[in-house]
Amino acid sequence: MEFPVSDTFQLDGKPVVFETGQTVMQAALAAGHYIPHLCYHPEFKPHGSCKLCTVKVNGRTAASCTMPAEAGLEVESDIDELNALRRTLVQMLFAEGNHFCPSCEKSGNCVLQALGYDLEVHSAGFRHQFPDRPLDASHPDILLDFNRCILCELCVNASAEVDGKHVFALAGRGNSKHLIVNAESGLLKDTNIALTDKAMSVCPVGVIIKKGVGFSTPIGERRYDQRPISQQALDDAPRPPSGEAHD
Amino acid sequence: MTDINTKLETAEHPENLRRVAIDPVSRVEGHGKVTLLLDENDRVHQVRLHIVEFRGFEKFIQGRPYWEAPVMVQRLCGICPVSHHLAASKAMDMIVGATLTPTAEKVRRLMHYGQMLQSHALHFFHLCSPDLLFGFDSDVAKRNIVGIAAAHPEIAKQGVLLRKFGQEVIRITAGKRIHGTGSVAGGVNKNVSIEERDYLLKDADQMVAWSADAVGIIKRLFSLNPELYNNFGTFQAHTLNLVRADGAMDLYHGGLRARDMNGQTLFDHYDYSHYWDEIFEDVKPWSYMKFPFLRSLGPETGWYRVGPLSRVTQCDFIPSPLAEAERKTFIAHDGGNAAKATLGFHWARMIEMLHTAEMIRELLHDPDLQGTDLVSKGERQERGVGVIEAPRGTLIHHYKVDENDQIVRCNLIVSTTHNNQAMNEAIRQVARQFIDGKKLTEGLLNHIEVAIRAFDPCLSCATHALGKMPLEVELLGMDGARVDLLMRSGDGVVSC
Repeated sequence: MEFPVSDTFQLDGKPVVFETGQTVMQAALAAGHYIPHLCYHPEFKPHGSCKLCTVKVNGRTAASCTMPAEAGLEVESDIDELNALRRTLVQMLFAEGNHFCPSCEKSGNCVLQALGYDLEVHSAGFRHQFPDRPLDASHPDILLDFNRCILCELCVNASAEVDGKHVFALAGRGNSKHLIVNAESGLLKDTNIALTDKAMSVCPVGVIIKKGVGFSTPIGERRYDQRPISQQALDDAPRPPSGEAHD
Repeated sequence: MTDINTKLETAEHPENLRRVAIDPVSRVEGHGKVTLLLDENDRVHQVRLHIVEFRGFEKFIQGRPYWEAPVMVQRLCGICPVSHHLAASKAMDMIVGATLTPTAEKVRRLMHYGQMLQSHALHFFHLCSPDLLFGFDSDVAKRNIVGIAAAHPEIAKQGVLLRKFGQEVIRITAGKRIHGTGSVAGGVNKNVSIEERDYLLKDADQMVAWSADAVGIIKRLFSLNPELYNNFGTFQAHTLNLVRADGAMDLYHGGLRARDMNGQTLFDHYDYSHYWDEIFEDVKPWSYMKFPFLRSLGPETGWYRVGPLSRVTQCDFIPSPLAEAERKTFIAHDGGNAAKATLGFHWARMIEMLHTAEMIRELLHDPDLQGTDLVSKGERQERGVGVIEAPRGTLIHHYKVDENDQIVRCNLIVSTTHNNQAMNEAIRQVARQFIDGKKLTEGLLNHIEVAIRAFDPCLSCATHALGKMPLEVELLGMDGARVDLLMRSGDGVVSC
């Protein structure tokens, strides 16, 4: 049996202990260091598409969710230059879809919104594209609001890898890329999705909605009302059993 | 039947008249303006309040899931969003077939009373007290809440703290002071904890006392200058409002009561879920706002007045002792003619504020507020109608929802819309009384605003800051050339 080897790299000037096979993101979160991220989910293989977790590794940019941790790396994350770029990326995501936080039931539980607050996105930054994305409300228990999709692919992966159903897929290219439902009719009612599927719980925004729940959680008790995402993400990260990696 | 209006709505020969435009009256909920047509002797021939607003919400709520409506539609207003929040929730109660639990109904009522209290306080103290305490044509530099704070610091302080208390009631019941989420289809998403109750209770007696003082202020104004207050913009109108089953004032729920200008009942305790059988909306080419009317009387004479003046004068009694005593005084005032007085709106509004302060104090002692049974459901319905008495009057929300839970139709008749023709009539009366045959001045201009403000319409939102409604009055000669221009900028500076 091969035991994992521990070593360290530097993150914003602080040593981070990692084990062989961990990415910079995994090691940082496990050690209690937050790196902003959106499409990364600890239960799925990272694919580095949102670029929000971009860090500088020895002076060159890299997606921390896919970058293997190595001994002696000099990683920069919480610096003005990168946070400005992250802010811009979030602004672009808001402009690309139809994100009406004031009336969105995911408000307070939405990763994109929480990142907007955490990164201090105070203005739109870009002209809104206002795409025409009709809802799919055909399923009796589940509603799809494509207006909010940020193409993170988490639902695609969850449905395929965990649920074994392949309910979702991405279609089109470039600006036309969009989430589709894998049914001949294109409608969710003609799939075998169930409320208990993993795909129901991974959407970081408000695309996959359980019908009728709406605003049942009062303001003040929602996920990001009490703690900003930078703290909440650390609570969610897998930890070493002893937890001694926290500083 | 007395001619209830249309005189001065359309001049017989507009081609020979010069046009004076007050544009904008304000810009919240869209854009409003007043136009007057005058002849060479400054006699008024036509007066119109145009609401150039776009009510997009009825359209873009289509396709959205029904449970989103109470949160989304309230965004059409920053002054009384709770009213829209609750009216939409009541409509959605019908959609989900709910019968509210005692906790749900009482938390909602508390939220609504908080809304009424803060809105009425804001309107009276911040917006109208400068006109009322200093005079309609007083020094414009002082005619604002800052001037009130300097001359009457205790009154200004009470206004601010009354409003704050109402906002705190809303925060505790809805989650936020503005645009909360507390009311949901079939109930509420939170109760009121013991700590929250005690936090509000410690100030409840003071709020009742200050509200009673506010009624005293407007009563004194009427007694000091009865000629002005009893007659300013006075006109007769039919009325519409909700009443409880026993005829009491009920701001949250009840049946519709309509009476004609002579006090004869047209319909009573009418089930609002079929409001369209009694109320219809007319369209006029010079305004984007519809003109609702009572079907039984027709579009020409069927317009009516809603809001505090109608509610206080048309209910059988107010179910709280201090407000009820004040209602009786108000009803007896001026030989029973208070119902016609445009400035009577202020008096009635303060009586309602006192009522809501009393109701909040009473409700806070109700243990149902701490209940945990918050939401109910029943047989699903296709159509939902929610009606509530908002601060400015009867508010109607009507939705149709398809089998996929998506809203396919929405109709909103807001209080200001009900009062459209009534406001037009009020400013026509003011034009007859104060402007006809006179040279325009800023003070005269403000008389028109005073009449509009009495209704507390949503289109006065722009003045909800400091009463500095930006106005521009242009006097054109018969050849269309500008003769005179009077402007007041957003900071209150008047220039010619």
